Amino acid sequence: MIEINNISKSYKQVQALKNVSFNVNDNELFGVIGPDGAGKTTLFRILTTLLLSDSGTTRLNGYDPNKDYKKIREIIGYMPGRFSLYQDLSVEENLNFFATVFNTTIDENYDLIADIYKQIEPFKKRLAGRLSGGMKQKLALSCALIHKPEILILDEPTTGVDAVSRMEFWQMLKRLQEKNITILVSTPYMDEASLCDRVALIQNGEIMDINTPEGITKSFPDTLFAVNGKNKFKLMQDLRSFEQANSVFPFGEYVHFTSTNRDLKLDDLKNYLTNNGNEQVEVKIENPNIEDCFMNLMENEQ
Amino acid sequence: MKKFGSFVANNDLNFEVYKGEIFGFLGANGAGKTTAIRILCGLSKPTSGDIKVAGFDVYKETEKIKKNIGYMSQKFSLYEDLTIAENIELYGGIYGLSRKQIKIRTTELLDKLNMLENKNTLISELPLGWKQKLAFSVAMVHKPKIIFLDEPTGGVDPITRRQFWDLIYEASNEGITIFVTTHYMDEAEYCDRVSIMVDGRIDALDTPAKLKEKYQAKDMNEVFIKVARPDFYTMNND
Repeated sequence: MIEINNISKSYKQVQALKNVSFNVNDNELFGVIGPDGAGKTTLFRILTTLLLSDSGTTRLNGYDPNKDYKKIREIIGYMPGRFSLYQDLSVEENLNFFATVFNTTIDENYDLIADIYKQIEPFKKRLAGRLSGGMKQKLALSCALIHKPEILILDEPTTGVDAVSRMEFWQMLKRLQEKNITILVSTPYMDEASLCDRVALIQNGEIMDINTPEGITKSFPDTLFAVNGKNKFKLMQDLRSFEQANSVFPFGEYVHFTSTNRDLKLDDLKNYLTNNGNEQVEVKIENPNIEDCFMNLMENEQ
Repeated sequence: MKKFGSFVANNDLNFEVYKGEIFGFLGANGAGKTTAIRILCGLSKPTSGDIKVAGFDVYKETEKIKKNIGYMSQKFSLYEDLTIAENIELYGGIYGLSRKQIKIRTTELLDKLNMLENKNTLISELPLGWKQKLAFSVAMVHKPKIIFLDEPTGGVDPITRRQFWDLIYEASNEGITIFVTTHYMDEAEYCDRVSIMVDGRIDALDTPAKLKEKYQAKDMNEVFIKVARPDFYTMNND
């Protein structure tokens, strides 16, 4: 279990974390979702004993990072955002190195990493620096797991990784969770939130919401319309100048729209757009996703 | 429509990117996107095939290509210890703009971004989203015909990401050709056409609507997975 109570941290004038509090339960897959500069890495560095907070307390399975840092380093596996394995060592040498540092061997914990490591084992003689992005990520995860940690902390493991490799990575995390590991993971990709048990949405060092992904999307306050038309550029401009417009955001194939008028009917919106010369107008009610909620919370904070 | 360049990939695949088009360039990690972009920017030469960028040949006229294109990478190259105005001045100077032109462009670009008041702010003091918008404008300081954007929106918050796309739409509306790579599949939907690269080949190229129809996919994410990793769905049904 990870307990975080009122953690704050500043760098000179910048307050990176403002009274952050939440718990991660045993065996939970917990996501911290937010853009660059939100404070994700600072929080993870505090938890992994690499940085001291200015105030507040944290516990990882009961241990205090300020005092029990040696113990914590034994029970956690940490995959930092930047690839930090030895580029001039081979795949196998890297893994061996991390196993030895933690007083264990590859054989001893092979079961835990087999699922992941098997995918890169054919390249075990290759230097880590010469691996593709997806393979580096798998090696880094194997190295973070080789000492059989109780808690796994992953800082943006899927940043810059293509959509297919990202899906594969989340499947690996799900399988690790089944092996009784508590997982705390951060990501800037909002669509990955739905793969977590619970998520914290973070922006400018503050937690905006903590809930299950369903809980977050259910608390979206407005009716969300998905709108499409022939000329999307014109469609968006017209939506923005609609007097009852609250938010207008392009969203894949559609434009997501909310209104200041809670009673706005689908047909009212459609008629407004058609009367303004938009062709092939399609309007429907859409279920909000995490990204809709994140943007809504961001606008409320401002 | 004016032809702006054609890019020949393997397997007899020819394509042309048109003036003012927003062209999405997708591919798995290691598929060859960076190599292709380096060739298109005149930074490296292809082993075979004919390519023209902005009407110039990638074998012989690389210097002319460089004058007619803009480039912004995710690791954008603004100088952190210079101010906003100094960065524009530096890049304007590199592209041979006169002092007067630089002054005019600085006002034009910053006015559009609502950053005129901040022109003496150091880059290091700006939020990431601002830097990205500014890097985009700086890459257009010399009014290029084509702009290459390599993962321009990585890591920014969802609102800023959309504001960045407003800038892209605006540039496209002014007739600038946009060549953009991204890992956000919803952004692929914003492109006029999308190509998907797999192992150095372009395996799919069409409008998002036609690609979704062809691959019977609900969104571009599914198209991407079906093209980049055809075995993915079968593999996970085992």
